[in-house]
Amino acid sequence: MSRIAARFAELYALKRAGFIPFITAGDPDFETSFEILEKLPAAGADIIELGVPFSDPMADGPAIQAGSMRALKGGQTVKKTLAMVERFRARDDATPIILMGYFNPIHAYGAEHFLRDAAHAGVDGLIIVDLGPEEDAPLRALAAKCELDIVRLATPTTDEARLPTVLDGAGGLLYYVSIAGVTGTKSFAAEDVSEAVQRIKRFTKLPCAVGFGIKTPEQAAEIAQIADAAVVGSAIVSRIEQALAQGKPKRHIVEDALSFCRSLAEAVHCARNPA
Amino acid sequence: MSGSAAPNSYRMGPDSNGHFGAFGGRYVAETLMPLLLRLEQAYAVAKDDPEFHAEYDGLLKNYVGRPSPLYFAERLTQHLGGAKIYFKREELNHTGAHKINNCIGQILLAKRMGKTRIIAETGAGQHGVATATVAARFGLPCVIYMGEVDIERQKPNVFRMNLLGAEVRSVSSGSRTLKDAMNEALRDWVSNVHDTFYIIGSAAGPHPYPMIVRDFQTVIGNEARTQIMEMEGRLPDLLVACVGGGSNAIGLFHPFLDDPSVAIDGVEAAGEGVETAHHAATLSKGTPGVLHGARSFLLQDTDGQIMEAHSISAGLDYPGVGPEHSWLKQMGRVNYASITDAEALDAFKLTCRLEGIIPALESSHAIAHVMKVAPKMSADKIIVLGLSGRGDKDVFTVANALGQKL
Repeated sequence: MSRIAARFAELYALKRAGFIPFITAGDPDFETSFEILEKLPAAGADIIELGVPFSDPMADGPAIQAGSMRALKGGQTVKKTLAMVERFRARDDATPIILMGYFNPIHAYGAEHFLRDAAHAGVDGLIIVDLGPEEDAPLRALAAKCELDIVRLATPTTDEARLPTVLDGAGGLLYYVSIAGVTGTKSFAAEDVSEAVQRIKRFTKLPCAVGFGIKTPEQAAEIAQIADAAVVGSAIVSRIEQALAQGKPKRHIVEDALSFCRSLAEAVHCARNPA
Repeated sequence: MSGSAAPNSYRMGPDSNGHFGAFGGRYVAETLMPLLLRLEQAYAVAKDDPEFHAEYDGLLKNYVGRPSPLYFAERLTQHLGGAKIYFKREELNHTGAHKINNCIGQILLAKRMGKTRIIAETGAGQHGVATATVAARFGLPCVIYMGEVDIERQKPNVFRMNLLGAEVRSVSSGSRTLKDAMNEALRDWVSNVHDTFYIIGSAAGPHPYPMIVRDFQTVIGNEARTQIMEMEGRLPDLLVACVGGGSNAIGLFHPFLDDPSVAIDGVEAAGEGVETAHHAATLSKGTPGVLHGARSFLLQDTDGQIMEAHSISAGLDYPGVGPEHSWLKQMGRVNYASITDAEALDAFKLTCRLEGIIPALESSHAIAHVMKVAPKMSADKIIVLGLSGRGDKDVFTVANALGQKL
């Protein structure tokens, strides 16, 4: 069983939703970002989404764009991101890591090489924002060989006619984008998300995670009641940005991000079983 | 570079998935995918609808002022002492460039699809002005994304867009030029999918845009073909056009792609020189990658991060290029050359003095290339040059480059 499937089996047994924090690899620098990554499981992360920085993140709002730029300015590369996962994996063999990024850095690395190296480093799944079912057939075949899950996105514009296309070849989990928009901007309407998740559930047995637009523990708890996992990205990345802007030392940046994650994790984990 | 066998026709692309060989495609976020599929359907229906064509042709004739003349540039020809040079005068179109041909077509599609809000990206501002113009003409609100750097160097066009009722949004991310304006327009589109139509100005972006933009721009090549047959009784020996994203070039080239006697040169911006880090010669110096929805040649580093392009001409200052050009380069059907800022400026000045035409800096790249090749061709040869835009918008940039203050 893959780490992602094992993790969801545990969550189902505990009857609780999963918390999936997103950080960008190398933001604000390699060591600080690794320290956050390493401590995320203890802060309540059930799965970690790790951003692979790209110069032109078309689907991201200002917070994650800025995080990507900080990482690139700090010298982050695809190779370093894989090295970061490998280092993490040496200490934690259970927490799944899903890389999220855009196709060009992978294309430049060489898709086949990348998949092999990613699997070797201990990556479990890939979300490639601009590589949908129309274009990912070659990559999908290679990913299957490396036992990497290709995580697909469904959005408010994905109708029932299109869902089977999106789900064909989808692995790990289905990521439902709660808003038609870029990351970290609009807020979702819970009824709409609930309806969408139920619709998706009729088409697939994959766990359904919901992200984009979850900014607070309260919102995360709301999602935890209607989906299998809640993804929070921009709000965490913004904490890093704020701590940097205030000139805080590295350990405070790490602590700010982690304490926010702890509050999100608690909200998600207790949502269905209020203490 | 041409490793593949020549196809029966160079004019059949793209395939049903939007691919030109290994280039093109639809590399977009899922939110946009259903919209692209709907646009493709709407265009397929419109393309076969005589009413759509009647409305499009009528607007091109009476609003844009087509056909644009094919003009024998007699003094430039004499000066260079070689092949006969004709200008296909897109700079005489309403709004001063070829961009309007495509904007008219796309806003008619927007109307058919029931969209009520228009967005666009712009580099030099010509596409922004053309989009703002058609939005005004059809009474739709319009937002234009433009890089901070381009806003600074193309102030007259910014003012024009404002006069036409468009809101110009300054983009301060990344290199603050065309590529970043396109990122921002895509973000707007993702956020406003229900009512917004994105009018892409170049033959770039995800399928079906490169095909749609090309089809609307082929009016350039189709007219030129008829006109040169009337004037010379034969096809030209060489076509020349500048290539940023490549819309005016593909529009001129496409109707001639299957005529083996017609050589075709696309001209990219070499900026300060292709041997420096400051150029926009994507096809000459780039490598294949994926940006803005398509696989095409790109200026990128070894980690796949997009590099900043440089050109004195804002309209060529783009690190990507339309996918069909990448394919035509790979097939060896079109030859791609490059021209530096300095060479383009010389061509700009020469054309003003010899022909009484102030060409856009973009088009000046094509003229500079003709200045190199025409003298090597005999007097019985014919060149058709795509004069894609007028240079009124560039006078500040040119004055600045010449060390004069306006």
